[in-house]
Amino acid sequence: MDKIPILRMGAFLLVTIQVDLYDRLALNLEADLVQTVNKTNAKGVLIDISAVSIVDSFMGRIIGNIAGMSKILDAETVVVGMQPAVAITLIELGLPLKGVHTALDVEKGMSLLKSMIDLSDPDEDQEAPEDDNFAE
Amino acid sequence: MKIKKLPKMIISLNKDSIPVSKEQDAVFLKNRVREVAVKIKMGLVNQTRLITAASELVRNMLRYGNGGICLIEVVSSGRINGVRLTFSDKGPGIADISQAMRDGFSTGKSLGLGLPGAKRLVNEFDIKSKVGEGTTITILKWANG
Amino acid sequence: MSTFGLIQLHKPGSYSLTFNLYPSLMSINTQQLLQKKKKNILELWMRNQLADEGLREDLISNEELRSQSEELITALVSNLTAENSVDLNSDEWSPVVEILGGIAITRARQGFSPRETGNFLFSLKEALLEVLQEEITNDPQALFNESIKINRIMDNLSVVTFETFIKGREEVILRQTDEITEISTPVIRLWDGILALPIIGTLDSARTQVVMENLLQEIVATGSSIAILDISGVPAVDSLVAQHLIKTVSATRLMGAECIISGIRPEIAQTVVHLGIDLSNIITKATLASALAYAFKSMRLEVRKINTVQKF
Repeated sequence: MDKIPILRMGAFLLVTIQVDLYDRLALNLEADLVQTVNKTNAKGVLIDISAVSIVDSFMGRIIGNIAGMSKILDAETVVVGMQPAVAITLIELGLPLKGVHTALDVEKGMSLLKSMIDLSDPDEDQEAPEDDNFAE
Repeated sequence: MKIKKLPKMIISLNKDSIPVSKEQDAVFLKNRVREVAVKIKMGLVNQTRLITAASELVRNMLRYGNGGICLIEVVSSGRINGVRLTFSDKGPGIADISQAMRDGFSTGKSLGLGLPGAKRLVNEFDIKSKVGEGTTITILKWANG
Repeated sequence: MSTFGLIQLHKPGSYSLTFNLYPSLMSINTQQLLQKKKKNILELWMRNQLADEGLREDLISNEELRSQSEELITALVSNLTAENSVDLNSDEWSPVVEILGGIAITRARQGFSPRETGNFLFSLKEALLEVLQEEITNDPQALFNESIKINRIMDNLSVVTFETFIKGREEVILRQTDEITEISTPVIRLWDGILALPIIGTLDSARTQVVMENLLQEIVATGSSIAILDISGVPAVDSLVAQHLIKTVSATRLMGAECIISGIRPEIAQTVVHLGIDLSNIITKATLASALAYAFKSMRLEVRKINTVQKF
């Protein structure tokens, strides 16, 4: 069974989706991710979909679910690197992904997360966010 | 004696039919659709629209129609080419098509964007369904449309 | 809802049955006659063409004209068989239609007028009729019948010629339209991380498509987090245009950037409100300058006047 790896980076979790998801795989990712957020007490989840060429309503729902579930567990979700063609298609499909934060790339997503989360670790450099929280 | 106007006609150039019975078939189908779309030089955004629509319809077919067959055709009308997909299943059929085509309606637990969303992504959309016999949905996307 | 009025055609000739209302034309004699008299017809035709005042020696040389004419006659005469009808969609006619189409397209591009193109065919008709008249001397009824048939075929061929001629012109226009759409949507880098796209002219679906795709591509390419769509040059905004703008803004947000719409003239603000279009989710600014100021602010940049005179 294929599995999408979830990497832990400090207080954040990083998921890079490299393949086109089929439904089973997406559902597994949702379950895995929520488990991991809970286990690691992560404060933020970064999902990189720059390699994903198709996001349909099911995938869109999974992304929304992940954001919603993480929020309940006190973690913010940022989706980064969406392809232009995917963004246009999602809008026409009728899925603006309300409530999901977005950023252009992993770096910008990371600084967005940092700006949103009050990190308890004082050593963490609180650099000024370059992106505002636009997708809200 | 009459001269038929050619641009009005849509000519089917190439056919391929793919049976869909499990989730992995959907992945294969989407790749096949992409190959065909690339071959007729469809732009990236239109490719994405077409494959996303196909993805919605093939999921419906698997979930509600117990699988079925997808026919992939390259069609031509005058100077433009397009891809036409026909999804046929022998499932329970749809009792109220206009209800199924409404945004946010779902008999399952989904968002209810599948059918109306797919319709918005393509140039032509046709649905025929008979309760107890099955459903046939045809979509068409022009290369530059 | 059902927009599928599609006729499936696998073989273009397969439906010619519908057209067989007219019994098979061209008595065998006429065909043979025309085949035998091919040379005469060509000579007559060339004479007609060269005598025509509208002859365009500047666009086509006489030798070229002759070889064109000969090619067409050969195809025409050899395709006049007893079986085929005047249905030009049938397979037998396709070589003639092809040659004629080629000639028409070339003429459209070379700048022949429709009249000159038409005369090319009409003079052929005259030549054909003249030969018939010379050869069928003893049977007026037969002469009449055959003439009618020749007329019918030539009329159909004329229609094909004009259709192709116009199509040739249309292709030129379409190509130019594509070029204009391409040229008219430049994406400008205003600042590191700020893009601007001034739109000039009417926005329709096709054009918005191009604008949106260009803008989103450029956002990815430059990693810009703010894009400004300036619509000062757009004459009118109706609900469809507004919808397109909203779509563009939403797509930009999904990618993780922000899109500001600037250059909104008072008339446009009026129409937008009168039409009941909701732009409340979009950041709108009256001028490009204020949009840029907003962008600077959200990127935490500051533009200041230098107070002291500095020596460089």
